Amino acid sequence: MSKNFVQAWRGMSVAKRQEAVAGYFFISPWLIGFIVFIAGPMLASFVISFTRWNIVSDPKWVGIANYERIFTADKDFIQALKVTFKYAVIFLPTFTIVGLAMAMALNVKLKGVGVIRTLLYLPYVVPGIAATLVWVWVLNSRFGLLNTILSWAGIEGPNWFGDPKSALYGIVMIGLWGVGGSAVIYLAGLQNIPERLYEAAVVDGANEWQKFWHITIPMLSPTILYQLVMGLIGVFQTFTSSFVATGGGPLKSTFFYMLYIYNKAWESLRMGYASALAWILFAIILLITLVVFRSSPLWVHYEAERK
Amino acid sequence: MSVYTSESKWHWRKLLTTTRGYFVLLIFAVVFLVPFYWMFATALKGDEQLFQLPPAWVPNPLVWENFAQVFKEVPFGRFLTNSVVLVVWNVVGQVVSCTLIAYGFARLRFPGRDALFLVLLATLMVPRQVTLVPQFILFAKLGWVNTYLPLILPAFTGSPFLIFLMRQYMMTIPLDLDEAATIDGAGRLQILRHVIMPISGPALVLVAVFTFTDVWNDFMGPLIYLNDPEKFTVSLGLSFFQGAKETSWHLLMAGSLMSMIPPMILFFLAQKRLLGGLAAAGIKG
Repeated sequence: MSKNFVQAWRGMSVAKRQEAVAGYFFISPWLIGFIVFIAGPMLASFVISFTRWNIVSDPKWVGIANYERIFTADKDFIQALKVTFKYAVIFLPTFTIVGLAMAMALNVKLKGVGVIRTLLYLPYVVPGIAATLVWVWVLNSRFGLLNTILSWAGIEGPNWFGDPKSALYGIVMIGLWGVGGSAVIYLAGLQNIPERLYEAAVVDGANEWQKFWHITIPMLSPTILYQLVMGLIGVFQTFTSSFVATGGGPLKSTFFYMLYIYNKAWESLRMGYASALAWILFAIILLITLVVFRSSPLWVHYEAERK
Repeated sequence: MSVYTSESKWHWRKLLTTTRGYFVLLIFAVVFLVPFYWMFATALKGDEQLFQLPPAWVPNPLVWENFAQVFKEVPFGRFLTNSVVLVVWNVVGQVVSCTLIAYGFARLRFPGRDALFLVLLATLMVPRQVTLVPQFILFAKLGWVNTYLPLILPAFTGSPFLIFLMRQYMMTIPLDLDEAATIDGAGRLQILRHVIMPISGPALVLVAVFTFTDVWNDFMGPLIYLNDPEKFTVSLGLSFFQGAKETSWHLLMAGSLMSMIPPMILFFLAQKRLLGGLAAAGIKG
């Protein structure tokens, strides 16, 4: 690339060179930030992951010892992975379905629908800590709102965050509360679908279900893909809700991977170990994203695609 | 089929769809808004009503003093000021840096530009946790832990997502405008300041609003970098409050309520642009 660069540079007129210099000047804040806050730290973190380091003393090179321990003798690592994956499996499909359903409910020409859209979006702008506190109180086993409502139906609600069987579902609810952010994006996608497609389908005798399955879903699939990938990255970063609501408990049933990294780095001051954990997570996210993208030609429909 | 339905049948069907539409919306609204009501109702309850069984739906009497009490129990005013300081610095940083960077990517030609932009887009996918530990070590070695610098400085290098948004917007501005200004003898910074920025209002609002909410709502950043309660932000202060007063749910709810007012007001003010911009980014992204 540097050879091409030199060639390109030599072939340029003075005015073009000036423009190029100006270009680098304008993007320099990002370039500096990229090197100092992203590329540099990523490289450093990789090196650090082969050391034992508590910041205070000097780092000690330990080779692959951290990775070896993580993969062979670390029960917490397995637990954190299990919790995070279980959450992803429950949360992502629910989040997608509820988001789509909400968007479709909002995609009607009725008076007042704009106000409702705004109201449904609101939980998304609530600070994570406030959302968590609200739900901890709503899900309080004795004085909480949800169990009060359940008791009307004669159901004795679980001790949500106090019971390892239900705690993760509490975290799911905190996440789902913000689904309005995703619904708004689906809604815009829905409104971009040309009306004529539905009209043509009606002429062909399609029913509601067929219209949904053969027009809405394919037309929306690029948006769904984008939301899924962003949702996936979000799932692996879940932190505030479990940190505040349960601290990872009870019995580590909400012990998210991010919480584990936090504990290792900032409670036990084991920077090397935490870096190794972070890199493993990065590899996992990369792998899953790759699989999602690779599988996308099978289910994502691009309108402008050339076959 | 519809050709054969009579006028009145059509009328009934329309009424049915309308009713069904409102019914579904009503269900969504109730489910998603009831937690807000519960928070509000709890924030106004007195000590004796807090742990009453069955829980009261309407607080009686309404204890508005709870809101003032929050400021007495913890330095909530201090937290608010700290959050505002952080937000202002971050908004300034992002607006300035994103404008400069986006201008470079959108309107100037230089070798490697497209490759660098691809790198920028790729960094959107790098999870925060990979850079968190080394960034912390960097700031710790600089002696900046327990200061606001680690929470402010990165804003001046622009967030990839916001740069992307700004660039997309600037791409839609006709190049003729720049050329006309160049003929008039304006330099690039002048063009940016007097030609591009005035018409980039909608995108700038978007950058400011996103930055405001992100910084106001951030929990992990302050948690990692700030140790001194005097320096806590609202988000961090609330968790500190929860740790100290675990059963004062009326005060915790009052504090939570106050913490969500600024982002909500901002959202109401900017909602048209915000929802439009978000949706555009979501579809094109």
